[in-house]
Amino acid sequence: MAENDSKNKVNRRDVMRFSLNTFAGLAVGGVSGMLITNSNSREMVWQIDPNVCIQCEKCSTNCVLPQSAVKCVHSYSMCGYCDLCSGYLEPGAVSRDTGAENQLCPTGAIKRKFIEDPYFQYTIDEELCIGCGKCVKGCGSFGNGSLYLQVRHDLCLNCNECSIARSCPSQAYRRVPADSPYILRGDEGAKNSS
Amino acid sequence: MIKVKKLIMSLNILLFKPSFVLSQVVERFPKPDFQSDYTRPLLQTPEPRIKLYEYFDLFVLITALSLASYFALKLRSRTKMFLLMIFCLLYFGFFRKGCICPVGSVQNVSLALFDAAYTIPATVIAFFALPLVFTLFFGRTFCAAVCPLGAIQDVVIFKPAVVSPWIAQVLGMIPYLYLGLAVLFASTGAGFIICQYDPFVGFFRFGASFNMIALGISLLILGTVVARPYCRFLCPYGVILNWMSRLSKWHVTITPAECINCRLCEESCPFGAINMPVMEHPVNRGKSIRFLAVLFILLPVVVMGNGWVFSRLSVPLSGQHFTVSLAAKIQSENSGITTGTTEETDAFRASGKTVEELFREASVIRQKFRTGGWIFGGFLGLIICLKLINLTVIRRHDDYTADSGTCFSCARCFSYCPIEQVRLGNMDPDEASKIKKSR
Ligand code: SF4
Ligand code: SF4
Ligand code: SF4
Ligand code: SF4
Repeated sequence: MAENDSKNKVNRRDVMRFSLNTFAGLAVGGVSGMLITNSNSREMVWQIDPNVCIQCEKCSTNCVLPQSAVKCVHSYSMCGYCDLCSGYLEPGAVSRDTGAENQLCPTGAIKRKFIEDPYFQYTIDEELCIGCGKCVKGCGSFGNGSLYLQVRHDLCLNCNECSIARSCPSQAYRRVPADSPYILRGDEGAKNSS
Repeated sequence: MIKVKKLIMSLNILLFKPSFVLSQVVERFPKPDFQSDYTRPLLQTPEPRIKLYEYFDLFVLITALSLASYFALKLRSRTKMFLLMIFCLLYFGFFRKGCICPVGSVQNVSLALFDAAYTIPATVIAFFALPLVFTLFFGRTFCAAVCPLGAIQDVVIFKPAVVSPWIAQVLGMIPYLYLGLAVLFASTGAGFIICQYDPFVGFFRFGASFNMIALGISLLILGTVVARPYCRFLCPYGVILNWMSRLSKWHVTITPAECINCRLCEESCPFGAINMPVMEHPVNRGKSIRFLAVLFILLPVVVMGNGWVFSRLSVPLSGQHFTVSLAAKIQSENSGITTGTTEETDAFRASGKTVEELFREASVIRQKFRTGGWIFGGFLGLIICLKLINLTVIRRHDDYTADSGTCFSCARCFSYCPIEQVRLGNMDPDEASKIKKSR
């Protein structure tokens, strides 16, 4: 009798466990299903909206990588190819040459190349660029705004929470679909989004 | 023409000092018409790494979960489990740098549930749900070998000390607190705290902020004597896994057949996850029944009281939200309480958004925090009561069993069991029965 009783008890617990198990399974399934309907099934990545960024320089120091995944990019289609590039030269620079004392970029990552009178081409050496945005500030304030910061996705680890985004004072960071992972300006942007 | 341009440019540089301006797209200089056959370089746009790996990651996760369950329940092999664990540590940890992580996905899921504007990728849903589904069937085999955070702690276990059950119970409340906070913060959009305070991700990336590394190193040092401290006393995902594992359809058993109460496995679990036999009914039955009755009466009071406390607490907590703290800064600057501006307030003023708009947003978020605080506090109160009830109700059981909630299914304890040794052919059945008699 006592044995029977304990057997019943065990059975009851088994049934209870089984139904709870099913319930939990349904709950996990339900939540996932609900989310799937609202999911676009695409991966998302971090990107900077260049129209919001204020070049606070946090991008160069707050990335989890030893060298920030944020680099300056150049929309050549918008560039004036100016001799006196306000992204390249220190304000009030004594001469417009490639002397380090005249350059705005602290690492000399912007390369200046003569094209034809009076035009010069500027390219960014991403190995050297630290993403400080000094040149971006110069170009945006006095030039065409063809230099701006972007998260480079060959470098970015796609942190679940980007540690720069957390400290970005202008909230310029947002998640964008991995299929169109850049927010570009000029013709480059038009090409990219099509 | 060229001269004029150069002149304007120099004037620009001389007259204006770079001041606070949003970098705007203003065509101050015309785009050049090149005479030579110069063509503009193309702006390179490298593809995100994640696109390469997203399905492969999923494949690795499913394979690893299946293998871990197979090793734990069918092969009962610690060696194979260990090798799989090392592989997952290398793959999810050091190779994928620890950011495709079911532990953190709790936050993405909560944000997606509460914020319709946030779209969650299907792979993240899978990373959240698959370990839970596997746990519902096989127990926490995810923790045994797949989780990189668990694995990095598992490899440093050196001389695990016994944590007294009472301390373990009390410390075991921290994950509930952590989970509640993480869900509150994520669902209100205040940030992902599990990721911010992830102690081991710095190792996977060979670099992180000083605090992160310090936290990680101290946890690993602690982990040599207290096995898997993060898993047992912090991990928020572990809370959900624990619930699922209690309901699991199949769960590892220490012995492959019947427990002979030889006590050989008693101290084999570094995580204190082995339940000892409870032979007798508790001495003071009447007392514990009375205690239970009181608990049941107190339950609604505790739940409501906790809810109230946390709904108050959550208002200062909401200051962690960017919008709320920005609104506070703007307010104190506008009313002259603080002088000077910060980068945040400058950026806000330059953005052209109105102060009213900002304040409205901030008060919506504060309200969300208040509501969230009620739920979070009530949840904690409920958990505390349930824990106490669970501790008071002592169920009689005769065998040494792995606790279905806290056991990680790591397969360590199996080989201590003489019956297992018989199964493996390392021991004579007669010898085993002698052990049984001698005890
Ligand atoms: S942290 Fe934000 S505002 Fe600062 S430079 Fe980076 S994107 Fe721009
Ligand atoms: S997501 Fe991570 S790696 Fe990428 S920019 Fe942000 S902090 Fe750096
Ligand atoms: S308890 Fe958490 S951290 Fe530990 S192995 Fe399980 S999921 Fe990973
Ligand atoms: S399998 Fe055994 S040793 Fe491993 S956690 Fe579970 S009870 Fe402890």
